[in-house]
Amino acid sequence: MIRFDQVNKRYPGRREALTNVSLHLPKGEMAFLTGHSGAGKSTLLKLIARIERVTRGTLLIDRVNLATLPRRRVPWLRRQMGIVFQNHHLLYDRTVFDNVALPLVIAGYRSGELRRRTRAALDKVGLLDKERQMPITLSGGEQQRVGIARAVVHRPPLLLADEPTGNLDPALSREIMDLFVSFNRVGVTVLVATHDIALTEAFGLPMLSLSGGEVVRDDFAGVNRATPA
Amino acid sequence: MRKRQPAAGARNERRETPAPKRRRTRGGGSRISAWLQEHPRAALNSLGRLWRHRLASAMTVAVIAIALALPGALWMLLANVQRATGGWDSGARISAYLDPSLDADAANAVADRIAARDDVHVVKRISAHQALAEFRDLSGFDKALDALDRNPLPAVVVVEPAGLGERTPADLRRLGESLQQIDGVDRAQVDLQWVQRLYALLDLVERVISLLGVLLAAGVLLIVGNTIRLDILNRREEIEVTKLIGASDAFIRRPFLYGGLWYGLLGAVTAWVLLGTSRALLAGPAARLAAAYGSQFRLQGLGGAQVMLLLVVGAGLGLIGSWLAVGRHLRRIEPG
Repeated sequence: MIRFDQVNKRYPGRREALTNVSLHLPKGEMAFLTGHSGAGKSTLLKLIARIERVTRGTLLIDRVNLATLPRRRVPWLRRQMGIVFQNHHLLYDRTVFDNVALPLVIAGYRSGELRRRTRAALDKVGLLDKERQMPITLSGGEQQRVGIARAVVHRPPLLLADEPTGNLDPALSREIMDLFVSFNRVGVTVLVATHDIALTEAFGLPMLSLSGGEVVRDDFAGVNRATPA
Repeated sequence: MRKRQPAAGARNERRETPAPKRRRTRGGGSRISAWLQEHPRAALNSLGRLWRHRLASAMTVAVIAIALALPGALWMLLANVQRATGGWDSGARISAYLDPSLDADAANAVADRIAARDDVHVVKRISAHQALAEFRDLSGFDKALDALDRNPLPAVVVVEPAGLGERTPADLRRLGESLQQIDGVDRAQVDLQWVQRLYALLDLVERVISLLGVLLAAGVLLIVGNTIRLDILNRREEIEVTKLIGASDAFIRRPFLYGGLWYGLLGAVTAWVLLGTSRALLAGPAARLAAAYGSQFRLQGLGGAQVMLLLVVGAGLGLIGSWLAVGRHLRRIEPG
């Protein structure tokens, strides 16, 4: 599903954020992307979502080469994935329902199907009773669940999460992670970036670890050069 | 669980497997029905946004309305002046100089023939004899005239165009030419100066109004453009998020374009109301003034076609203004 081949990423005027990254996340798998802050986790996710472009090397998402993907096709690429952000990125002037429905509106769903799917996604994250509320009235954990509902409402084959539990207490973090596992069970490829070691150990899922912009652990390839923290 | 496959259309794709896969679509015609659903949604959404920020929107609309109403009012004034002066062309006269070789009876017969026409009415007949007497009185060339063996002056028939219909200088010139065709008429001279001056003045005023209109139209473009620009900057985060979720440029552009369209259209409607109100306020005094001159003149407002033009121009300017702003600013906003 995601294949990095000798990928380098350099931001103008800075040292390389990613160096010779090669890894492969097979379709239908779920993995943690770990590493200290500054290790390159965010850069890696940004490359996948085509927010940033690869400096050197090849990045394939579901066999599509992002280096040659024309600009006008980028929206289409992003509709193939759901992205969960640490700071939610919700639209605070719209209701919970409208936030979650946005990807379906963008994809041009008709109102009946749109309502059905949006309510199904809200039900999945346990917020169906709050669909008419504004996001600002919800707690941090609830807002994160709205973000997750929005990321999965259009049933993307790939789900990316950037520190989804960053601001949540352990019990809520577990809840959120359980949701991701349940999506993975129905076939969604999931990549969760986190620095929460306790969480990754509790779930025992395959790990991809970065350190200083290089891959130090890849459970799919059986590589582990990580030095215990 | 339905999974979307990548489109087969993307060029230069490197594939792990050579088998081409087609992207599933949501059935035939869905593109059109989605379009039909998407546009009213975007139009209503941007109208709702205008309503939520109604104070700021009202001010923008008012500025646009004034910018549209000003040339509209001047144009309305000009149209009324043209209508009011339409009847004053009767001041234009045509002098038909008869052939000097005609004797008094023949000259009278020609004058009668001119008088018989429907399109003119005779103001004055001056015989060759009268003309000479008048010239003698006014010029003081008594001796010189006495030396001539015959009267060098022709008889003259002075006519005015008949009827009260509107006449342009071109109409008068045509009338003069047709008089000149009459046997025995040597030359028909149209006294157009007064009419020509008036028309030249009105032409000038019309040109000034057009220029003013162009300037104010440019003003509307700038107002709408700037309003939409601020709107885009205010909604920067929203634009970034929707881009991240996979919104196309067209999807993001649409509500802003509708916003500009609404500003222009609402501005034009307000301008129409302003013009109608002004006309109603001025109608009484104008009628009293006309009555004092014994005229039936009534101040006229905009006709149906002109109102349509006003609305189309307003909406068009709004759309173009927002298009310019969107083209410049939306592309620069990228998530990152």
